[in-house]
Amino acid sequence: MNTESQVKPVSLLSRLFDITAHQRLLAFASLVVLLVFFSIASPNFMQTSNMLAILQATSVNGVLAVAATLVIITGGIDLSVGTLMTFTAVIAGVLLTNLNMPLPVGLLGAILTGAFCGFCSGSFVAKMKIPPFIATLGMMLILKGLSLVFSGARPIYFSNTEGYDEISRGSLIGEVLPFLPIPNGVLILFIVAGVASYVLSKTILGRYCFGIGSNEEAVRLSGVNTDRWKIAIYSVAGGICGIAGILMSSRLNSAQPALGLGYELEAIAAVVIGGTSLSGGRGSIIGTLIGALIMAVLTNGLRVLSVAQEWQTVVTGIIIILAVYADMIRRQKA
Amino acid sequence: MSLLVEMRGIEKRFPGVYALKAVNFDLVGGEVHALMGENGAGKSTLMKILSGVYQRDAGSVQVSGQNVTFDGPKAAQNAGVGIIHQELSLMNDLTVAQNVFIGREPRSFLGVIDEGLLNQRARDIFQRMNFNLDPTTETGHLTVAKQQMVEITKALSYQSKILIMDEPTAALNDAEIAELFVIIRRLKAEGVGIIYISHKMDEIKKIADRVTVMRDGEYIDTVDAAQTPLADIISMMVGREVKEETLEIPDLSESQQVLEVKGLNRGKAIRDVSFTLKKGEILGFAGLMGAGRTEVARAIFGADPIDAGEVWVNGKLCSIQSPNDAVAAGIGYLSEDRKHFGLALGMDVRANTAMATLSRFYNAFGVLDEGKMEAVAKGYIEQLGIRTPSDTQEVGLLSGGNQQKVVIAKWLLRDCDILIFDEPTRGIDVGAKAEIYKLLEALAQQGRAIIVISSELPEVMRLSHRIAVMCQGKLTGILPGGAATTQEQIMALATQ
Repeated sequence: MNTESQVKPVSLLSRLFDITAHQRLLAFASLVVLLVFFSIASPNFMQTSNMLAILQATSVNGVLAVAATLVIITGGIDLSVGTLMTFTAVIAGVLLTNLNMPLPVGLLGAILTGAFCGFCSGSFVAKMKIPPFIATLGMMLILKGLSLVFSGARPIYFSNTEGYDEISRGSLIGEVLPFLPIPNGVLILFIVAGVASYVLSKTILGRYCFGIGSNEEAVRLSGVNTDRWKIAIYSVAGGICGIAGILMSSRLNSAQPALGLGYELEAIAAVVIGGTSLSGGRGSIIGTLIGALIMAVLTNGLRVLSVAQEWQTVVTGIIIILAVYADMIRRQKA
Repeated sequence: MSLLVEMRGIEKRFPGVYALKAVNFDLVGGEVHALMGENGAGKSTLMKILSGVYQRDAGSVQVSGQNVTFDGPKAAQNAGVGIIHQELSLMNDLTVAQNVFIGREPRSFLGVIDEGLLNQRARDIFQRMNFNLDPTTETGHLTVAKQQMVEITKALSYQSKILIMDEPTAALNDAEIAELFVIIRRLKAEGVGIIYISHKMDEIKKIADRVTVMRDGEYIDTVDAAQTPLADIISMMVGREVKEETLEIPDLSESQQVLEVKGLNRGKAIRDVSFTLKKGEILGFAGLMGAGRTEVARAIFGADPIDAGEVWVNGKLCSIQSPNDAVAAGIGYLSEDRKHFGLALGMDVRANTAMATLSRFYNAFGVLDEGKMEAVAKGYIEQLGIRTPSDTQEVGLLSGGNQQKVVIAKWLLRDCDILIFDEPTRGIDVGAKAEIYKLLEALAQQGRAIIVISSELPEVMRLSHRIAVMCQGKLTGILPGGAATTQEQIMALATQ
């Protein structure tokens, strides 16, 4: 190729505003604009209780979106995160309520089940070479069905497990700092996001995650067993879905087998708004977190303004298109 | 003679760099005007301005005597400027005629496409140009050379008087190149002006009338192709004298054999290939496109499955099922297609350098030691002379030669005893080529065993201690390197 791709001097300024950072900034600015807009529009919006409600509402979608981010950075997609969340919640319910196991077994069971299902999806994609969209679409339906089978199509209540609802709704921070009653669900979201962010930027798993998304064949020809790493990434994402399952069921104090479908799209929406490229190789957890917050703020703010539920969905759709469009325009200019 | 194109004082700035500074260029009808310069010299930028892809910041462009400012490729096309990109932009699933007239399909009643007329129009151009093409063939089934004819037809169908050809021979074999030159001469005779971009010096003498040389975004000079020695053109391009080094073949009789390939077979692509390679040796692989050289390399490297055959490394039989196994056995493969198979372009120099050896840089928790990686990457930037602002520069922003060096760094870091270079200088300019050659020789002197696959005979002859020639999947002979072998002998084996 004789493109003029000569070494271009990179100024400190342009480094600061490199592609992902820029998109994150854009997403963050949108979040601030939304917050300002809603606080002016309604005095009820900027209440501490409402802010906490927004954070609480972000927790489940946020954790799922972190899982989705990992897979999307590899250039794949995971449509099964929603029903996998439900399935792991059902497993927790079966272990704790139906089989009367102790709490840690239930929690570990949910996370390991999630990881195992991720392992299966990853194997379909890496070993059987099924396109991620199809493989995880199949997995989505399998898990939706299995959730109903395992639960007998009825909600499982965590009546035997004292304090299960505290996992999400309680506030460890609030016990220490009474003026800051941040729910545990939010704390867990931030811990999951922090760890995932660290893994992505600092560990070998993260590096291969970006490498595979950027150019899988080049990584494979470097002598890296890309199949195995892909499976590992899907497994980690599955385990994170297990955490989301625990959060969800704790919030409802029950495992609702019919829930879950549609959550995958919300998660993917948060990832996309946060600037992660669906073609892989680019993205960040912080962006995803901001994306999830934007969606929660939007839903909450519109509700505070008494906009009908149907219209909230319409607005969310428009925001997704605008967010990606803004990203496209900026990329063309770059 | 009227001027078809006159570009005066063209300037173009990109953020942080001057891509073009006061560049002049003109084109006369019926001539082939070669545009030469190293990568990054500004040739493509200049042509993108002429073809409406970029807007100039200063200067004037006249096409057929009219001052023009193209706001897009379509406007340039309508003004008669056609461009044939190095990477062809055809839709493989459409037929030849559908490709030629895409967006301008003749319609009949109710807007239905008139396929008959479409094919007839394409056929008319084929007849005029004497192309042996069927308008109804699916384009994806054609050879690269034929696809190029489709592109030329497309340009001609716009009544283009100005044709820009960007490295048209990069993917062609010698017979196809000869055929292309016949076409170019026919176009000249019709009064079409051709701007010809190429890195292959010998072609310039064969086909060009005038040569304009650019360097670092600046216009250097325009000279007569026939009367100017190649060495002068080269020194104008690089801004210094480039001495052609001669090959010294080391005595390898005492040297240990590191690789033996026995009876390698894979479908029709590889038929019973056997050869050996010694420590410190450079074995060249010559042959025409599709002779099976890349296939052999990929098979040895485990990138493609084989039907039969054995690969012995250092006297041990290796079962190589995947690139992972090959790397473990000490074999590194540098693909002909760096962008698809060699580099993660969106990642930085540091990450790409460490890509094959990440396992050395992490601790028990899988956390990477960035400091150590940085030190290693910087070491190679120094050692190989990789021109990059820093080790955190995105590889996609480097020039071809520097990208190739990053791939080399990746494999050096891996300590591979056997390195397979597939077209190591494709798309790399003259100055950087010489550097890569020196690097390969230094590697051999350090005791690595090297296989070089190249479609350019002078390159094979410049580097190889022995030359293996392939034809239609078979190894048709192994010739001694250096002055003992002529191009004719190689071609005889390559076209059996």
